[in-house]
Amino acid sequence: MVDILIEVRFHGRGGQGVVTAADILAVAGFKEGYWTLSFPMFGAEKRGTPVVSYLRLSDRQIVERDEIYNPDYVVVLDPTVIGPVRVEAGIKENGMIIANYPKTAEELRKEHFSNLNSSVKVLTINATRMAMEILGRPITNTAMVGAFAGATKLIKLSTLKETVFEWFERKGEELANKNVEIVEKAYKEMEGKV
Amino acid sequence: MKITLGAVSKPYTSLKMKTGDWGTHWPKVDEELCTGCGTCEMFCPDMCIEVVKVGEENGKEIKKAKVNYDYCKGCGICAEVCPTKAIKMELKDIYKVI
Amino acid sequence: MVRKVVRGFYAVAHAVKLCRPNVICAYPITPQTEIVENLAAMYANGELENCEYITAESEFGAASILVGASATGARTFTATCSQGLILMSEVLWNAAGMRLPIVMVIANRSLSAPLSIWNDHQDSMAMRDACIMQVYVENNQEAHDMIPQAYKIAENRDVMLPFMVCMDGYKLTHAYEPVDLLDQETVDKFLPPYDPPIKLTTKDPLTFGCYAPPHCYMEFRVVMQRAMERAKKVMEDVFEEWAGLTGRNWGGLIATDHMEDAEVAVVAMGSVVGLVRDVVEEMRKEGKKVGLVKIRSFRPFPVEDLRKALKDVERIVVFERAVSFGHEGPVAMELKSALFGHSDAKVYSFAVGLGGRDIPKQLVRKCIEKSEEIEPGFYFEGVKDFEEVIV
Repeated sequence: MVDILIEVRFHGRGGQGVVTAADILAVAGFKEGYWTLSFPMFGAEKRGTPVVSYLRLSDRQIVERDEIYNPDYVVVLDPTVIGPVRVEAGIKENGMIIANYPKTAEELRKEHFSNLNSSVKVLTINATRMAMEILGRPITNTAMVGAFAGATKLIKLSTLKETVFEWFERKGEELANKNVEIVEKAYKEMEGKV
Repeated sequence: MKITLGAVSKPYTSLKMKTGDWGTHWPKVDEELCTGCGTCEMFCPDMCIEVVKVGEENGKEIKKAKVNYDYCKGCGICAEVCPTKAIKMELKDIYKVI
Repeated sequence: MVRKVVRGFYAVAHAVKLCRPNVICAYPITPQTEIVENLAAMYANGELENCEYITAESEFGAASILVGASATGARTFTATCSQGLILMSEVLWNAAGMRLPIVMVIANRSLSAPLSIWNDHQDSMAMRDACIMQVYVENNQEAHDMIPQAYKIAENRDVMLPFMVCMDGYKLTHAYEPVDLLDQETVDKFLPPYDPPIKLTTKDPLTFGCYAPPHCYMEFRVVMQRAMERAKKVMEDVFEEWAGLTGRNWGGLIATDHMEDAEVAVVAMGSVVGLVRDVVEEMRKEGKKVGLVKIRSFRPFPVEDLRKALKDVERIVVFERAVSFGHEGPVAMELKSALFGHSDAKVYSFAVGLGGRDIPKQLVRKCIEKSEEIEPGFYFEGVKDFEEVIV
C-alpha cells in the first residue's frame, strides 16, 4: 500500500546502457529520499537487440517486483526502437514519454504516436548527437538520465551529477567528468522544453 | 553399533577385514626361481605380496617374494606377471576333490 | 550498518565477506555469476583474509573442491543455479552425507529443456531430498541477512548439514534496491569462527563418507533425518537471535500475516511474497478474510508451524514456482502431506511464473478469487492459448 509509486520503463538497444540508466536513477532517487528498485528484463543481451529495464520510486518499501505494464514515464534511449517496439504501451494518462529522437516532439508524435492519448506528454532530445560530441560514442544512457531528471524534476541536478560521477569514477575521472557534463547539458535542455 | 558423523572412519580399519579366505587358489612362490625382481609386488592389487630380505650372500642381500595370506584374494595376477614363472597358483586343499 | 542502494549480487557477496570464509570456489552461471565475481574482486583487492578463491573447471569440480575444503575444517562458500546445480547434485548428496556445512546461494533459475535462463524454483526443488537445508528469501535484505544465519545454523553441532539460500534470479540478483549492509563487528559478534567437530589433516588421515553396507547404511540415514529435525529448533533460535541483534525479524520457519481469523490462506515462497502480501492487504481492506503464509524454510519443512497456522482455514491457495511432473506443484504436495488428518481445508495449487514469466498483481488476485469457484487441484495460471503440433 503505497502513497507514492512512480513507475518508469526504459527502452533502448543492447550497448546503450539501458539497464545502467535505471540503476543510476535508483541510486540517485535513494539519495533524494525515495525507496527505489531497478531491474532489467534480462534477455539475450547482444549489442543492438531491443532491451527493457524498469525503475520504481516510492515513499515506502517497494514490494512489487513484476514488470511495469502501466508506466508513469517511458524513457527511450534509441530512436530506432520506436516502431519495432511499442514503447508507449500501457502508459498512464498524463504520463510522459522522453525519447532520444533527432526530430521535434511534434514530429515524433505524428510519425509514431498518432493514436496516443493527448494527455500523454511527448518530449524529445537528440541524445545520440550529444553523446557523440562529448563521449565520442553513441552511448545515450547518461544523457537520457539527465533528460529524465530535467523533465520530471524528481531528482535534483546536483544529486544526479554526484551519482553519475561516483558511478563512472572507477572507469576513470575523465570519463566520469564527461558523463557529468552530458547529464548537465541534457538536464538543462529538457528543463527548457517542459 | 556406532554411527559416526559424516560416515567418517579412521585409517587401517580395513585391516580387521581379513580377505585371505576369499579365494579358491593361492600363490606359492618357488624361491629357487624367484629373483626378487619385485614385479609381483608392483602388480598386486591388494598390496599383499612383498619382496623381503631372506638372507645374505657375499655381502649382497637375497630378496624373495612373500605372500600375505591374510589378505590375498587369489586373483593370480602375481603368477601371471612373474618373469621367471616362480609363482604358481595352487588350489587350496579344502577345494580338492578327494 | 549503512543503508545503500546495491544490487542483489553485492548484497550477498558483502555478507559472505563478513562471514570470513576460508575457501570460495565456483563456476560461473547466469544469473549467479556476479555474486562470485564480486567475491573475486574482493579477494583480488585483499579484502578477504585467510581465504582461498579457487576457480573450478565446472560446477561438479567446484562442489568437489568445497567438499575437500570443508572436510579440512574450512568455512566454504559457493553459488550456482539451474543446470549448474544439477551438475553439482552428485557431489552435494555426498556433502550432505558427509555432514559438511557448506553454504551456497542458489540464484533460482529454471531448468532446460527448453533452454531458459530465467527465474523459477525448479532447480532447488530438484534438490529437495538431498538433506540440504533450503531457505527462500523475499528480497535482497533477507538474502543479505540469511548468509551469516546460514553459517550459524549449518555449523551448529546438532545440525552439520549444507545450507542453500535460495534467491530468485534476476528478480532479486539483478535488482538494485536499498539494503542495510552489515558491518564486521556485528557479524563477528554473531558468528563465531567455524569449530569443526572433526577435520581432515595430512597428519591424521580419515575417510569421509565411508563404505556402508546394508547392515549399517540405514542408521546413517536415520541420523541425517534427526539432524534435519533438530535443525528446526536451531533455525528458530538463530532467527530469534538475529532479530534481537539487528532489529530485523523475518519470522520463524514460516512468517504469517492476518492468519488469526483467515478463511483463505495464501501460501508463497521467494520474491513473489511481497506482491502477494500487498494483494492480501488490499483484499483485507475490502473485508475479505485472507491471510498470508510465507514459507521461509522448505527444508526442513515446517510441518508443525503449518498445521498450527492453517488449522482453521477453509481454502489454501498455493503459488508454485515449479512442477513435480506427473503429480503437481511441490509446495502443495508437501503442504497436503503435512496437513493430512489435521485440516479439511481445500488446497488449490497454482503454478505461476515458470521460466521467468512475469507474475503481475492481477494474476495473483485472479488465482485467489478463482479458488472460490473451482475444484481443489493443480492449475497452471498465466498460460496462453496454444496447440500441440509436430514441427
